[in-house]
Amino acid sequence: MTSHRRPIRWHIGIFLAPAVLVYSAFMIFPLFGTLQLSLFTTSEQQTSFVGFDNFRVLFGDPRWSGAFWNALVNNVWFFVIHMLVQNPLGILIAAVLSNPKLRLRGFYRSAIFLPTIMSFVIVGFAWKLILSPLWGIAPDMLKAVGLKFLFAPYLGKEEYALTTLALISVWQYVGIPMMLIYAALLSIPQEVIEAGEVEGVTGFSAFWKIKLPLILPAIGIISILTFVGNFNAFDLVYAAQGALAGPNYATDILGTFLYRTFFGFQMQLGDPNMGAAVAMIMFLIILTGVCIYLFGIQMRMTRYQL
Amino acid sequence: MRRVRHTVPNVLLAHAALAAYTVIALFPILLIIINSFKTRKAIFRDPLALPNPETFSLVGFETVFRQGDFFLYMQNSLIVTVASLFFILLFGAMAGFALAEYRFKGNTLMALYLAIGIMIPIRLGTISILEIMVATNLVNTLTALVLVYVAQGLPLAIFILSEFMRQVSDDLKNAGRIDGLSEYRIFFVLVLPLVRPALATVAVFNMIPIWNDLWFPLILAPGEATKTLTLGSQVFIGQFVTDWNAVLSALSMAMFPVLILYLIFSKQLIRGITSGAVK
Repeated sequence: MTSHRRPIRWHIGIFLAPAVLVYSAFMIFPLFGTLQLSLFTTSEQQTSFVGFDNFRVLFGDPRWSGAFWNALVNNVWFFVIHMLVQNPLGILIAAVLSNPKLRLRGFYRSAIFLPTIMSFVIVGFAWKLILSPLWGIAPDMLKAVGLKFLFAPYLGKEEYALTTLALISVWQYVGIPMMLIYAALLSIPQEVIEAGEVEGVTGFSAFWKIKLPLILPAIGIISILTFVGNFNAFDLVYAAQGALAGPNYATDILGTFLYRTFFGFQMQLGDPNMGAAVAMIMFLIILTGVCIYLFGIQMRMTRYQL
Repeated sequence: MRRVRHTVPNVLLAHAALAAYTVIALFPILLIIINSFKTRKAIFRDPLALPNPETFSLVGFETVFRQGDFFLYMQNSLIVTVASLFFILLFGAMAGFALAEYRFKGNTLMALYLAIGIMIPIRLGTISILEIMVATNLVNTLTALVLVYVAQGLPLAIFILSEFMRQVSDDLKNAGRIDGLSEYRIFFVLVLPLVRPALATVAVFNMIPIWNDLWFPLILAPGEATKTLTLGSQVFIGQFVTDWNAVLSALSMAMFPVLILYLIFSKQLIRGITSGAVK
């Protein structure tokens, strides 16, 4: 009876075990497995270690590098459009909505959020039909406001297709920044606003000088969510333009490139090792973004104690 | 001074802007639904008109029911979503309770380990996941999808639920312990009912992405018997791309369950996003 060691608390292990097992087996282990695959190559059933050769091929070999850089640049543009259009638009709608005296707020909020819950398959096809010259909805509506000359088969033209897809995605996802900013705006205490009013800061300048600095943390969150979502996107391009991300790969992003590399397409066979290399590059991009956010932005951001 | 912000023209301007954007947000959805109930001729002649007795037609839906197994797809989606949510909530709450309730070596480290998945998308491990599923004979089963979605949903669920469980009063749990309740009973009988609002939030957050996912059904379970509604409609539309009635009807069919879910859960969803999400 001299030992005072606590009995092993089995229940802690039992509470943790199912979650840790499923999460480790299907999330963490596959990430390492993918890293490992990316360092090997397979030819004629023989698997051999090649170090970073797959990455060198991806970056520099003319058979692969053109498609890879194209997908990466497109993906960056896809992200830029979201940052320039989706997030400012979301903030703007939230700012208008946050007026406590506005009626019908709940209705507007629910309606504007509705596209966000639709699947990309529905959204992609719906817009494809609307923009189709065959159906003629888009040209007719532009004609009605005297802008028919603006119409082009946007999804079919190399120079417009990617931007159009990005804007469709903006249309769908603007609800998320709207909601998060709206919540952040509501959490600003009324006294802060009223203090500003006493000083004569009202209307737009009140938004710019008082509210915007206070919602910067929320803007940081929507930026990193947008970043992760965009560099991991696949569904919309696949649903609207197919795995070949046409026209002529103009809408190819890393997600569709990964899919084709892994599964193969047309004449080319799928290559799991090269696919794993693409996935690892996406992983590094996302990890870099998340680290910049966590260590560079979130930790340095002035948090106003409210 | 206070009047400045709420003058009548300002409010009108706000309504005009919001109404305009609401039209932009709803127009494509309404357009699809309206036209799925019209004849082919009417779809092209007057796409903006509501169906009337003359133009009303269900021919698209007939094609959908004849050619595609939409009820099976819907059933698959329902099974996958409900099963995934059940296990995310159960396992997530158990792990969240362990992290919130007990002090043990490696507690913080475990919390960090489980939090990695909040930001890193599970899709990046797809190639390895497929290998695992092939090795365990789970390709083309709904189980494969459930396992992946549970792994995907757990990190955020554990994070949110452990935050909530920290707020449950210690007195209550200690009273239970004095009464001789086991740790398991304390969790299931005392704590779990008290965090029901948090469970609802987690469920609603996870429901939509799982229901809408295209990537994993496409890769892990593309077989006819295991197609989810999202994948099923994608494939169906690809095959019937020139049959406008069928395509529009398939889109409406795919929208329908999500719209119903949104009508039921939108309050919960919006409350969830606007309450705890921004910290």
